[in-house]
Amino acid sequence: MPRDLRIWLGGGFILLLIVCALAAPLIAPADPLEQDLMLTTMAPGQEPGYYLGTDSLGRDVLSRLIYASRVALTVAFVAATLACLLGTMLGLAAGYLGGWWDRVISRLIDIWMAFPPVLLSILLVAVLGSGLHSVIAAIVVIDWTRFARVVRAEAQQQARLEYAEAATALGMGRGAILFREILPNVLPVVLVLLSLEMGIAVIVEAILSFVGLSVSTDTPTWGGMIAEGRQIIYQAWWVLVFPLVTLFLTVLAFNQLGDGLRQWLDPMLKR
Amino acid sequence: MSPVIEIRNLTAVAHTIPILRDVSLTVNAGEAMALVGESGAGKSTIAKAVLGILPPAIRIASGEIIFEGADLLKLPPAAMRELLGVRIALIPQDPLTSLNPARRIGDQLTDGLRLRARMSRADARAKALELLNDVHIRDPEQVLRRYPHELSGGMRQRVLIAQAFSLNPHVIIADEPTTALDVTVQKQVLRLIRQLQRDHKTTLLFVTHDLGVVAQICDRLTVLYGGKVLEQGATSEILRHPQHRYTEALLAANPRYDQPEHSLRPVPEELIAELKREISA
Repeated sequence: MPRDLRIWLGGGFILLLIVCALAAPLIAPADPLEQDLMLTTMAPGQEPGYYLGTDSLGRDVLSRLIYASRVALTVAFVAATLACLLGTMLGLAAGYLGGWWDRVISRLIDIWMAFPPVLLSILLVAVLGSGLHSVIAAIVVIDWTRFARVVRAEAQQQARLEYAEAATALGMGRGAILFREILPNVLPVVLVLLSLEMGIAVIVEAILSFVGLSVSTDTPTWGGMIAEGRQIIYQAWWVLVFPLVTLFLTVLAFNQLGDGLRQWLDPMLKR
Repeated sequence: MSPVIEIRNLTAVAHTIPILRDVSLTVNAGEAMALVGESGAGKSTIAKAVLGILPPAIRIASGEIIFEGADLLKLPPAAMRELLGVRIALIPQDPLTSLNPARRIGDQLTDGLRLRARMSRADARAKALELLNDVHIRDPEQVLRRYPHELSGGMRQRVLIAQAFSLNPHVIIADEPTTALDVTVQKQVLRLIRQLQRDHKTTLLFVTHDLGVVAQICDRLTVLYGGKVLEQGATSEILRHPQHRYTEALLAANPRYDQPEHSLRPVPEELIAELKREISA
């Protein structure tokens, strides 16, 4: 797929989600929490006004999907950005300063990556208690290594190039070289990783809400909807399928955006 | 003439392999001194030792580099950084990789002015335009907004020269600044360096393997082989009456465009073998 199409499709879908999340009360046809026990497990189109059907408590699936995007996007943006900042800082320090910085940070990364991430996140949330903050904290604590690993390698490579040496010969200090010379060259990779990480954060949030460790159950989440739908899959497939498809499309959009950005930002391809 | 840089008995090793053997040389104020030798002669190592940017694998075993009364090798890193760019500057070897690919020329050229000379953004920009003018870059306004990959090799080297002269340093070290350029551009760049050096009364330490280049711009030259100084003196003198057989062989190895029928004469094997014995003794 051409890179521009990837950026437009991926970015477009995410923009649509952002609009849904911000304007949920205006867009959603119904209250996502309002139960109507007379209208349970209505198929899509069976009852006027319920476009994607209702769940086992008679709540509107479409409205719940729209409201659930709030949690998903909050986690995606906040957790991925924080993980990115933490990982990039540590990666730059390890890659450019080297020595003890590198030894300590690299061993930390090795140790971190020996843990199964999903189990670790469930464990962390179990210890921290459920809720949005815990989910975000768990993702940051686990996924900073994704950034640190790549940024470290990239910074190490950039630091060996002659422009870094030329900057040293100009009398620039290590901090100035790190942030003025190296960071701009590492930034494209970081942006791509950030976009991919947002997709991962959406998945992790869905997993945690699937097992009931995310936000409280009165806030709609895609993972929570999938968990509910799982129990009535043979009576009402739509309760499971629509959040699953939305989740799938969201992660796909973040990945396509990341891939498109990578091709677009790669200086070698641009030249 | 007073000495600006005095290198005394400098010996450097990489692990146990000697890189520099007891090198002593003096560069006087305002002159252009060439370091000449083939690959591995230690000329770049001397340049990097003066700048304090030796790769970690190379260690200085003994000797001193006196600059303005202080031994550069004993200077703490912070004091060394104070000197770099302001008192001693570098014109790097490869213009293609020595500019940061992700930053605009203007930003890179004003770094030194803003960080070291503490100029305001507007002043630094004005000075950068002036510098680009001095190195004969047409349309400097445009060039400031460009990225390195949008400029030709010759233009990039001019930008690096402008950067080296930007803080008006006493000494400029040029590490084979024309090697990566083609011959016609080479000549212009050499003339430019020579002219700026005279205008600013800068002392120049010029690293090269090209005797033709030396003849064009250097007052004195030092011939190195295997990390050892073989011969030192005024350029015109040495080029006319080389004292050392190796210098003689190097001169003979230079292609002559006025005698194209002569085949190239490499430095004789026996001489190299003899030199190697002499050096390791």
